[in-house]
Amino acid sequence: MTALTLGAAINAGLSKALETDEKVQLMGEDIGKLGGVFRVTDGLQQRFGAQRVVDTPLAEAGIVGTAVGLALRGYRPVVEIQFDGFVYPAFDQIVCQVAKLHYRSNGRIRMPLVIRIPWAGGVGAAEHHSESPEAYFVHTAGLRVVAPSNPQDAYVMLQQAVASDDPVIFFEPKRLYHSKGEVDPDADLADAPPMHLARVAREGTEVTIVTYGAQVRTALDAALAAEDDGVSLEVIDLRSLSPIDMNTIAASVRKTGRVVVTHEAAREAGVGAELVASITEQCFEYLEASPQRVTGHDIPYPPSKLERHHVPDLDRILFAVDRVLERGEGVLR
Amino acid sequence: MTYTQTQDSLTGGVPDEGNHDALRVLEPDGTRVSDATLDPWIADLSPHELRALHRDMVLTRRLDAEGVALQRQGQLALWAPCRGQEAVQVGTAHALAPGDFVFPSYREHGVLLGRGAQPADYVLAWRGEEHSAYDHTTINAAPPQIIIGAQSLHATGWAMGAQRDGSTDVAVAYYGDGATSQGDVNEALVFASSFRAPVVFVCSNNQWAISEPVTVQAKYPIAGRAPGFGIPSLRIDGNDALACVAAMRWALDRARRGEGPSFIEAVTYRMGPHTTSDDPTRYRAADEVEAWAGRDPIARLEAYLRAEGVLDDSGLDEVARAADALAAEVRAACIGATTRAPETMFDHVYAEPHAGLARQKAEYAEYLAGFEK
Ligand SMILES: Cc1ncc(C[n+]2csc(CCOP(=O)(O)OP(=O)(O)O)c2C)c(N)n1
Repeated sequence: MTALTLGAAINAGLSKALETDEKVQLMGEDIGKLGGVFRVTDGLQQRFGAQRVVDTPLAEAGIVGTAVGLALRGYRPVVEIQFDGFVYPAFDQIVCQVAKLHYRSNGRIRMPLVIRIPWAGGVGAAEHHSESPEAYFVHTAGLRVVAPSNPQDAYVMLQQAVASDDPVIFFEPKRLYHSKGEVDPDADLADAPPMHLARVAREGTEVTIVTYGAQVRTALDAALAAEDDGVSLEVIDLRSLSPIDMNTIAASVRKTGRVVVTHEAAREAGVGAELVASITEQCFEYLEASPQRVTGHDIPYPPSKLERHHVPDLDRILFAVDRVLERGEGVLR
Repeated sequence: MTYTQTQDSLTGGVPDEGNHDALRVLEPDGTRVSDATLDPWIADLSPHELRALHRDMVLTRRLDAEGVALQRQGQLALWAPCRGQEAVQVGTAHALAPGDFVFPSYREHGVLLGRGAQPADYVLAWRGEEHSAYDHTTINAAPPQIIIGAQSLHATGWAMGAQRDGSTDVAVAYYGDGATSQGDVNEALVFASSFRAPVVFVCSNNQWAISEPVTVQAKYPIAGRAPGFGIPSLRIDGNDALACVAAMRWALDRARRGEGPSFIEAVTYRMGPHTTSDDPTRYRAADEVEAWAGRDPIARLEAYLRAEGVLDDSGLDEVARAADALAAEVRAACIGATTRAPETMFDHVYAEPHAGLARQKAEYAEYLAGFEK
């Protein structure tokens, strides 16, 4: 085991993938010499050469569209979109082409493509640099969508995503890039839990918190704070947003009877809406209170000086916990 | 080089060889040379106009230095330096008429200054208080664009509208060399050409797109692409302010006469980092930066104006004082900025009332009020 930051863990995962399979190729803006604007690909071009770690022209549709062609040719491209807000120029290629080619070809065409996206806010960035576009991709059949929340998962899930014959949107919570955790670099992929399974990040008995990405951290902090108040929270880290591992969630909700879903993306028609609908369908008779969502507001990501009011924090999660426990101060009626 | 016809007329220089092959009327040491394409457009520049051009370049540089300093002091979240690009920004902006409309990228501080943006307009967005601080109607400038190249289509559409209205107003899209790889930028050339839209595309080829040299985007001079779309172009020395004024006047004149779009590639250099969070030492050599320092646009114009007797020490002092004053204003606007109330982030999402959002805003305000009890 070695302590790595989330960014370094992804770097190690990419390195392992490049070593393991010579068909793996990285593509993106500034990923070579600079090592990416977050240094996630640092040193990889030096090590594997400019043929395998490719600085592309500044064109997202171009990056994803040519990756489609490379995949058709037998390569396994891993592309980096520099920031969440810059994935939209590639949106057409992703949702019309990447997602549908397997289906359109009756399964004859494989799209083993990974699209890495430094994702979401909380880092004081400029406009278009803090977006949470996951719902668009979750809504598109044919794509797998995953989001690690810690270095070990990042390391393993990246390699699983590369090994997958389906296209994977790989969201990297950028506000955790520098946070450290233990990583087992020799972990056998075969023993690791598959990336589509959720993880119980903390066990508890009274309320289930379902979340993903950087919000897992916030939810764990909330669970610690709640413990001081004598309330036991269970925290589920989804890891995969498409498909969603409903078994793990349902087992938890059947145990606790109460659920709070939290994510940074806007609320309307977001992943939380899907979760609450599925939980209600599958666990209705176990629920002691209506599920609550704690999300970003239905606004464009605000200027950075206001972002702490947009990204759900510990207090907003605890407030919702109080509501499902019906011991709130009655602030909301 | 002039690209007015077809591919045949192109000599095929490589895009990274500096700007030796670009059109200019001022040599790096300030010597006036003649250029048949550019000369006619600047024959009438008065001493007053020349001094104004110089002054705005100095102000832009000072504003830029202040932006970097404020970021280093933690007052701004980020800044995108434009040092080295003052001639293309100020020179092209000086050629504009008040009714023209600019569509800038995030780096066009000199263009905005030229349109009359105020100190607070600069700092609030970079500080993280607002997405765009200026009123686009007062300075005829769209909010600075971060999504690379998107503004080129907006400029083209605006120009199509101006054309339809029978006005002589012209739209200008500013972007970098990296942007020319984007679909939007190429689509803008198609639309502009097809509809003969009165739009000018100004590509500031500053040699780098963050860490990627221009050769990653282009194996052929960028100005050479436009003729393929049926759009005439000029490749000019972007560190020669007079060349920038001349080229822009040429393009604006074509647009106002109903001849449609033009393309200008201003070959220049980004002297600083891409933004204050970038580290250019990881990807570019110090001697390259040094070589470009020898082509400094302000020093060049200054040498010429001094030689012509248009500018002397006292004139320079005056400009320096104006720069100090602007810097002080920018600093005051930055340090005096107050963050608005959190509920206001719900405003202006829609132009018309939206029940769901109104409810969210009220709920959040109540939630916040709960902490005050
Ligand atoms: C669509 C999109 N992709 C990526 C980025 C990230 N990014 C910001 S500036 C930049 C380089 C732009 O280079 P260029 O167009 O040459 O302009 P310059 O910054 O050099 O003035 C990149 C890749 C972005 N802002 N928008």
